[in-house]
Order: sequence, then structure tokens, then C-alpha cells
Amino acid sequence: MNDSLVPNPKISVRRLNFYYGSQQALKDNNLDIAEKAVTAIIGPSGCGKSTHIRCYNRIYEMYKGQVATGEILLDGENILDPSVDLIRLRMRVGMIFQRPTPFPMSIFDNVAYGLRLKAKLSRSELEARVEKALRDAALWDEVADKLYEPGTHLSGGQQQRLCIARAIAVEPEVILMDEPASAIDPVGTAKIEDLIFSLKNNYTIVIVTHNMQQAARVSDYTAFFYNGEVVEFGRTTDIFTRPQKKETEDYITGRFG
Amino acid sequence: MIGSATRLEAPAMTSTAQARRRQRLACAAFRLCASLCGLLIIAVMTGILLELLLNSRQAISTFGWKFLVSAEWDPVAGKFGALSSIYGTVVSTLIALIIAVPTSLVIALFLVELCPKRLSGFFRTAIELLAAIPSIIYGMWGLFVFAPFMAEHVQPLLSEYLGFIPFFQGTPMGIGMLTAGVILALMILPFVSSVMRDVLEMVPAVLKESAYGLGATTWEATKDVSLRYGKAGMVGAIFLGLGRAIGETMAVTFVIGNDHSLSASLFASGNTIASTLANEFTEASDPLYLSALVELGLVLFLMASIFQIIAQLWLRAATSKMGAQ
Repeated sequence: MNDSLVPNPKISVRRLNFYYGSQQALKDNNLDIAEKAVTAIIGPSGCGKSTHIRCYNRIYEMYKGQVATGEILLDGENILDPSVDLIRLRMRVGMIFQRPTPFPMSIFDNVAYGLRLKAKLSRSELEARVEKALRDAALWDEVADKLYEPGTHLSGGQQQRLCIARAIAVEPEVILMDEPASAIDPVGTAKIEDLIFSLKNNYTIVIVTHNMQQAARVSDYTAFFYNGEVVEFGRTTDIFTRPQKKETEDYITGRFG
Repeated sequence: MIGSATRLEAPAMTSTAQARRRQRLACAAFRLCASLCGLLIIAVMTGILLELLLNSRQAISTFGWKFLVSAEWDPVAGKFGALSSIYGTVVSTLIALIIAVPTSLVIALFLVELCPKRLSGFFRTAIELLAAIPSIIYGMWGLFVFAPFMAEHVQPLLSEYLGFIPFFQGTPMGIGMLTAGVILALMILPFVSSVMRDVLEMVPAVLKESAYGLGATTWEATKDVSLRYGKAGMVGAIFLGLGRAIGETMAVTFVIGNDHSLSASLFASGNTIASTLANEFTEASDPLYLSALVELGLVLFLMASIFQIIAQLWLRAATSKMGAQ
């Protein structure tokens, strides 16, 4: 990869290989993720997009037989090193999933969950932090009068913004989004995209999507994955207007995938 | 032959109409069948309740409410009170639940979250085998092996260190309330833990990932997310255990001592409703005696129902507050 492409990388991935048991899912991935910008990862189904970002917070370790090798440098520190404190890592690198995953508790408690894990805060401070997170997630106005109702009673799009509020409440440095709008209706999707746009002032965002228009709309950088390899990476405008590789062009023009 | 001939002659429209009518008929028959089977449950429930009421008439009219609050059980004098049996049933079930519920939870957690896949299959089979042991075997083992062990090792230790609590005072005899409770715990453990395991396994992986993704530990993710998500199932598991413990007869009869006295000490002999019924039914020659025993059965039936209803109500309230799915 061209290192000069990304001015100040927050994350640098070097020779990342990933295995599900004996099956190799990622091959020698090299990628730089720009700080306080949105990086989109696109590619056809099963090309390793999700697998790739699941290495950034090592969530794959929940499952036996999944192994990553290589280096993922977060601010220069290799997070794949076994000595890394997983709990601290996951507080620095938040994650949003394909389907909204509100916990079975109230809206307030959902957002407060990570905060309570992280530190013991006074009630008033907790309330202030929850309100700020909900405001930042553009959800406050819709839920201010029902903070103590179950999070599961919200609409799908609201649930997803609740999950984003929950993730940003602990003030992570990086937010990983794994197809965050794929299960959400168009109006909800538009709100989430607006939200991503506003969040990049404060957070480094990596978003996996199979929706190319979405990648083009929200991201500053785009990486095209195919068969577990990083085929092409560059500024989003470049990737979508003058792709260098034939596979990239075929994919974004809809010839396959 | 006739069938094929008519089908040939009949126009296509009629045959579809016929097929439709047959379909409707089959549907109605199935619906009737299903409703009858559903009604059967209610019929059996009502039948048992009526039968119990009918056969305990004499005891009910003789003792009234006093039956429930008197601990006097004297078949010779014709005086019957259920208190010691009710007390014994509640206490032995409580001991069983206090031991079995946390243990089952830890077993289930271990099987779902921590145990390597290969070992977990082995543990699964072991637990299922434990559930398959007949209760009479538990009873015999309890009487000949476990009760002496309790008398020699566990109870002296308990009375030495916790003897200031009335529960742990008295002669360590082995058989008694505590031993019965522990045996009950062992018996319900396989049921409770396998239901809890199923419940934990049903929690969506992505929900757990969300908790881990926020920096939760295994225990935090389980306590805050998995257990809440599967609350209905967890309560169901506990009540399955309670239901088995409250009515368990054979094993308890072997180890509880069958004594109709009230004692705070858990080392003392006692009785449960089920053990009294098993022990004394054959001896009950007098109609009032028999009637009193049937009323004991009625009390057990009502106790189990009341626990069930309380659980349902509590669950409904908790679910609407938390928004579990």
C-alpha cells in the first residue's frame, strides 16, 4: 500500500491473515485507516470484509478455531499481541452490528451500560453522559420522554441509533460498523448516514457495506476486498471515478457481486 | 375400479370442488382433534381437583382451617394437622433450590461459554444420565451412603462453625431435613442445568458480541445480557426444579426420617407431604385418616399451583419493565 495515501493513519494493518480453522479467509491484508475520517470497505459477499474489521477489536476470539496473524497497529501498538488487554481494547474500539442489538433493558440503561462497566459515575454525571451520547446519536429528541422504556420497543432505525449511542457513550477512538444500515428502512438509513457524517469529526470510523452508493456517500476512503484480499484502496472519489484495477471497476459498475 | 371410472367421467371442476371439500373436512377434523386434546388437559386438572376435594370432605369439615396451622398428627387420637408436612415440603424444597439453582447456573455457563466443544458433549451426556437415574436409587444411596457421610463429616462441621444459628443445632443424625434437601438438589440439578444451558444457548451471538464489544467480561456479559434475555427461560428452569422437588416422594421418604414434629434444626427428622402420603397411605384404615391424607394431597396440589401462578405474574411484570424479547 502507498503509505502517503493516508496522512495520519490511526490503524495500520500489516500482513493480516485470518483463518477459520484450516480455511484461510484473509490473505496478507495491508491497509491504513485514516484518523477522524470514514473508511468504507466494499466487496462481494464472503470476501472477508466483516472478518477483516472483526480483527480490529478481536471479537473473533469469542469463537474457537478463529486465528489472526500479522499486525494491526492502533496508534503504533500491535493489538494482535496476546498481552493486549482485551477489555481496554474494546473500550477504545467500539462496534455496531448488522442488526440492531439493544440489550433487554431500558433505553437509559442501554446507553449507560458501557459507562457503568468503565467507571463508577455519580447519578447526575451518568445522566449527563447518557444525554450527550443520545444527542450525538441524533436520538435524544425521539426518546427524551421515554428513557425508562425498554430499548426493544423502538423502531429498527431508532434501535440502531441507540446502539450507536451506546457505543459512543464510552468515547471510543474507533467505531467499527458492520453493514449498519442493511436491516434498516430507507428513512432510517438516511438518518444513520447523516449520523456517520457528523461523527467523523470526533471518531475514526470503519464501515463495511455492500451498498456502493452508501460507500460513495459517507466515506472518505474506500477499500475494495475480493477473495480475502485488499484489491484496491484509495480516496473514495478516486476509487469510484477512476479505479486502477479491473476487478474494482467490474464490481462498482455492477458487472459482478 | 369404480373410483377410476367416476373420475374419468366427472368434469375437472367437480373433482377440484371435491378435493376442496375433502380438504375442508380434514381441516375441521384436525381442529376438532386438537381442541379435544387441549380440553383433555383441563379435564384432567379439574378431575384431579374435584376428586381431591371430594375425598377430603370429611377432613375438611372436621378440622376446617385448623388443618393448615396445626402440627399435631396423631392417627390414634384421630387428630390431624398438616403444618409439619407443609413446613417440611417448603424447607426441603428451599434447601434444594438454594443449592441447585446457583450450581446449575454455573454448570450451564461452563458448558455454553467456557468448556471446550469436545468436553461439552461428554458433560452433556453425563448430565442426561444423571437425570435418568430412578429416584429410588437416589433414596437408597442417600440412606446408605450419603446420610452416614453427612452425619460423620458435614453436620459436625456445620454445627461447629454455624452452630449459633438454630438451623444447625442438634444431634447430627444423618437422616433429616438437610440431607433430604441435598438429595433433592442433586436430583433436580440435571433438569435445571440442562434447561438453563438451552436458554443460554438461545441468546443470539450478536447480542453477546455487543456486550463483549463494549468491554464486558464473560461474567458481565452473561449477567447483564444473556440472563436478562433468557429470563423467562431461567425462571422456567427454576420452576421445573421446584415442581420436581416439591412433589418428589421416594428419595425423600428414604432420608427425611418421617417424623411429624416441627423443629428449627435442619438436622432433625421431618416429613414432607409426599413422603407422608407414601408412608402412611397403606396404614390409613380409618376413613378420617384417609380423608386427612387426601387433604394433604390437595394442599400439595394447591401449593404447586400457587407457586406457578406467582411465577407467571412476576415474570409478566418483570418482562414489561425490562422489555425482554
